[in-house]
Amino acid sequence: MIHIIAFYLFAVMTVASGAITILSRNPVHSVLWLILAFFNAAGLMVLTGAEFIAALLVIVYVGAVAVLFLFVVMMLDIDFAELRAGFVRYFPFGALVAIVLLAEIVLGIGAYRAGNLELGTPDGTAATAAGLHNIEAIGGLLFSRYLFLFEAAGVILLVSMIGAIVLTHRERGGTRGQKIAKQNQRRPQDATFNVKPEVGKGVSL
Amino acid sequence: MDWSHSLRLIAPEETLSIAGLVLLLIAAWGGDKASRLISILAVAALVGATFLVAPALCGGHMGPDYAAFFGQVHADAFSAFGKILIYLSAAATLVVAPTFFERLGAMRAEFPVLVIFAAVGSGMMVSAGDLLALYIGLEMNSLAAYVLAAFVRTDGRSAEAGLKYFVLGALASGILLFGMSLTYGFTGTTSFSGINAALAGGLSNGALFGIVFMLAGLAFKISAVPFHMWTPDVYEGAPTPVTKFFATSGKVAAIGLTMRVMFDAFGEQADAWRQIVVFIALASIVVGALGAIGQKNIKRLMAYSSINNVGFILVGLSAANEQGASAMLFYLVIYVAMTVAGFVTVLMLKDENGNQVEEIDKFAGLSRTRPGLALALGLVMFSLAGIPPLFGFWGKFLVFKAAVDAGMMPLAAIGFAASVIGAFYYLKVVKVVYFDEPADVVKGDSDIWHKALLVVTCLFISPLGYLLSGWLQHLTDTASTALFYAL
Repeated sequence: MIHIIAFYLFAVMTVASGAITILSRNPVHSVLWLILAFFNAAGLMVLTGAEFIAALLVIVYVGAVAVLFLFVVMMLDIDFAELRAGFVRYFPFGALVAIVLLAEIVLGIGAYRAGNLELGTPDGTAATAAGLHNIEAIGGLLFSRYLFLFEAAGVILLVSMIGAIVLTHRERGGTRGQKIAKQNQRRPQDATFNVKPEVGKGVSL
Repeated sequence: MDWSHSLRLIAPEETLSIAGLVLLLIAAWGGDKASRLISILAVAALVGATFLVAPALCGGHMGPDYAAFFGQVHADAFSAFGKILIYLSAAATLVVAPTFFERLGAMRAEFPVLVIFAAVGSGMMVSAGDLLALYIGLEMNSLAAYVLAAFVRTDGRSAEAGLKYFVLGALASGILLFGMSLTYGFTGTTSFSGINAALAGGLSNGALFGIVFMLAGLAFKISAVPFHMWTPDVYEGAPTPVTKFFATSGKVAAIGLTMRVMFDAFGEQADAWRQIVVFIALASIVVGALGAIGQKNIKRLMAYSSINNVGFILVGLSAANEQGASAMLFYLVIYVAMTVAGFVTVLMLKDENGNQVEEIDKFAGLSRTRPGLALALGLVMFSLAGIPPLFGFWGKFLVFKAAVDAGMMPLAAIGFAASVIGAFYYLKVVKVVYFDEPADVVKGDSDIWHKALLVVTCLFISPLGYLLSGWLQHLTDTASTALFYAL
């Protein structure tokens, strides 16, 4: 029973916060709702017994969203004083969201303890990973059965890196880079010298 | 499963990937000065990979012996056919690209590297035997393609093309992934043969939605109506050699992938997707033909022409049998030759300062000032229109014959009628070139490689091409047999 309740809670929250992400006018609010959506999706993963993927979802996506958040803040001119102005007024709502999240965590852990959710019947081609942890099972598949695709995915990352550099890197003229060998070879007598300027005349350097 | 056997089967991909990595190192140390050298080496690598895959096609390899990595990759005659076309058209792109980019001051040493990785991804697409391999190949190709479209950073049109292609391509990938997840959810497996077996009993609503969404994503990649909107803008804005690359190697990869998915994964449910394909085919033929009429820019015209041609190729897909698949492959070969010839001609149309001339009005009277180029343009246009003595006619004939033999007379009739509309705008270009008063804009000259490439492809699409038709027919039959044997 706890499974069903937890599943519907997580699912409804995922869909609802996803919808609010695209409906809210303030980009910062959108990002916050997106984080909530990811947390709930991670909860769904926990219910199916894929705790490793749940952890990945939180670490990678919520981490990535934090970076995205920074970009949003940097690129858009958002008046934070105005945002903070309604803090007291919105505090009850914020507290409500926090309580929902807390309740979800408790419920999720309870459901996870109660055993995995029964999913559809697998086709039987994949080897059963009895007695293995999530991470071991995924690693075993990635580096044996899906080795070729894993390597190809690495090439995709390389391509995207080359692409990003090609499109954004440009040589800037007039900058002074470090020339370490030359800088180290420099002696005091190369850099400083004494002059005796006559009174009333300047020096030319 | 035998690892060494699998690794031997993907030798072309390994060769190209290693070549790409080595060339990237040369690019890192040599800088943009080395870009000519890197282009030449990249062409050598692509030609070498072509020789590596050729035995699979000539020897008619097919079946489980030639499936690598648990059936995720099929190194059979069908994928060899697609890869040869892809690698050769990528090499043809690299032959013409350096001159074009050097004039704009935009040649970068990374260009050949990106083309090589795009070709690797395309090769994975035509040899995919698994939804995961499909997606990874597709993304490798697409990511490189987005960057190539925006390669001339200083040109606003190029940047716009790259951004448009990226945003719409990401949307299409999302649609495709959604379809794949539905398919996986309702069949419980990602391998094409497994999906085919799971769907043999019957089609649930969820799986049907999966097919529809996957088909929508694939239709975007082959730029078929109603997912064609991006094509004219991207083809016009992207640098011309890159447009040529999209229209040849990218198209072959996407169509090969569509054939793999439709026949290998959903072959048992051909009746479910046939009506969708019939609609897409007819809509592409009609919209491609009508949209091209008002175009003033030759690259936009070629974009609509490619939409139109995809429609004809899909007529072969709707037949859903070996004859149809073989006709599609035959059409693809001719289409690639026509497109290469067309874009090389476009690249050779330069004014006295060496700038590209893309407006059709300015080609007026080309026959009197540059008879050779005018003849090439005329040949390409007549061939694209499918006028009988030229080779372009034979491709259209084969796909319509396959459709008629499969009992789809109305489809063939509407297709015939629409190809007459298409002939109008092709002939309009010929009229401007041969019968208008000379505008005398096109004056620039091109190097020997452009001319050699143009002569070879023009000879292929000329009536002399029929001398090869027996041999080509044998190869396409072998490839399509391999495609169906992979079930």
